[in-house]
Amino acid sequence: MGLALVPVSRPAPGSGGLTGTWRTLRPVVNLDKCIDCGICWLYCPESVIDWEKGQKIKIDYTYCKGCGICAHECPTKAIEMIPEAGL
Amino acid sequence: MSVRIDLLPKKKYVMPGNSACAGCGMMIGLKILGMALGEEAVLSIPASCASVVQGLGPKSGIAMPILNVPFASAASVATGISEAFKQLGVNGKAVVWAGDGGTADIGFAAVSAAAERNSDVLYIMYDNEAYMNTGIQRSSETPKGAWTTTTPTGKREAKKDVALILLAHGVPYVATASIAYPQDLYRKIKRASEIRGFKFIHLFAPCPPGWLFDPSLTVEVARKAVETGAFILWEYDNGEFKLNPPSSSLVDKKRRKPLTEYLKLQGRFAHLTEEQIRQMEEEIDHKWEFLLKFAQAASRR
Repeated sequence: MGLALVPVSRPAPGSGGLTGTWRTLRPVVNLDKCIDCGICWLYCPESVIDWEKGQKIKIDYTYCKGCGICAHECPTKAIEMIPEAGL
Repeated sequence: MSVRIDLLPKKKYVMPGNSACAGCGMMIGLKILGMALGEEAVLSIPASCASVVQGLGPKSGIAMPILNVPFASAASVATGISEAFKQLGVNGKAVVWAGDGGTADIGFAAVSAAAERNSDVLYIMYDNEAYMNTGIQRSSETPKGAWTTTTPTGKREAKKDVALILLAHGVPYVATASIAYPQDLYRKIKRASEIRGFKFIHLFAPCPPGWLFDPSLTVEVARKAVETGAFILWEYDNGEFKLNPPSSSLVDKKRRKPLTEYLKLQGRFAHLTEEQIRQMEEEIDHKWEFLLKFAQAASRR
């Protein structure tokens, strides 16, 4: 098809590079405090938080830019922003 | 009626590692758009932050079909897509995802024309209140008093209310939404996509580098804008106008939070004098009065 000549991009992680290297603050989750509400998952603008009700959250540090929205929105303050090593 | 968080689709429509700035408000909106419409949406994106955040080819940071189109053409392209869907019998939704500059300024003629034709398009204007990807130049959606690189002492003109202008076109569905209330946005996108004709959603999306605030505060700033009454959540659906929570309980201005709670979070308002803030409060009161009267006039029920 003629479409082969059209530049088409396909969805894949890392279209902006390894964006985890942008991070100066790292979100660290205290799972004991986590109440499994999913609010951090809902607001994460980067989609780096994986969540399923009943399974607590997991953060992908390869791409997390460290904006800190998750820590700010967490209703139980279960996420803490900790300076990256060397900063 | 709000959607339960755990029932929202878990598929990622915004890919990790895209080119958006940390804490980008618009990306939260894009996530919700993906959850609401999934693969059925075909996006027309004019020049904007949204065309930049997709990142470098051959990868794309947004997992929805996208046509990146010239600045002023998005509404016209989407009209073409919706007509093609009709002809081919394809079950798809033509969606425009455009910034405030691409909608209220440069793309306005095409938007107005698509609304006048009542093209079967869902037009979402994510409003970060300036031309952010080119370096924070003021747009007609920049609020009065705000700093931008082209209004170094604060913008002198008022913000254009595009949603009301579109409502005046007589289209079936117009709404405002905020990224601080994702379930409300989700419901509005779902509802709008059920309607044939031109639908418009004005989505409030704060920008940390452009508004000069810490990226962790994106949602907080958006929430404060609604709670202080600076941004009003409403919905016009086929002749019926209503305010949405929490704006619906803020008609009485005593129940609104002080405007300074919203302004003090952002560096772009840091230069404002008390007198200017008082003027802004008055203008917000006037905006509420005008909207409620307009709503009364617009409602057929």
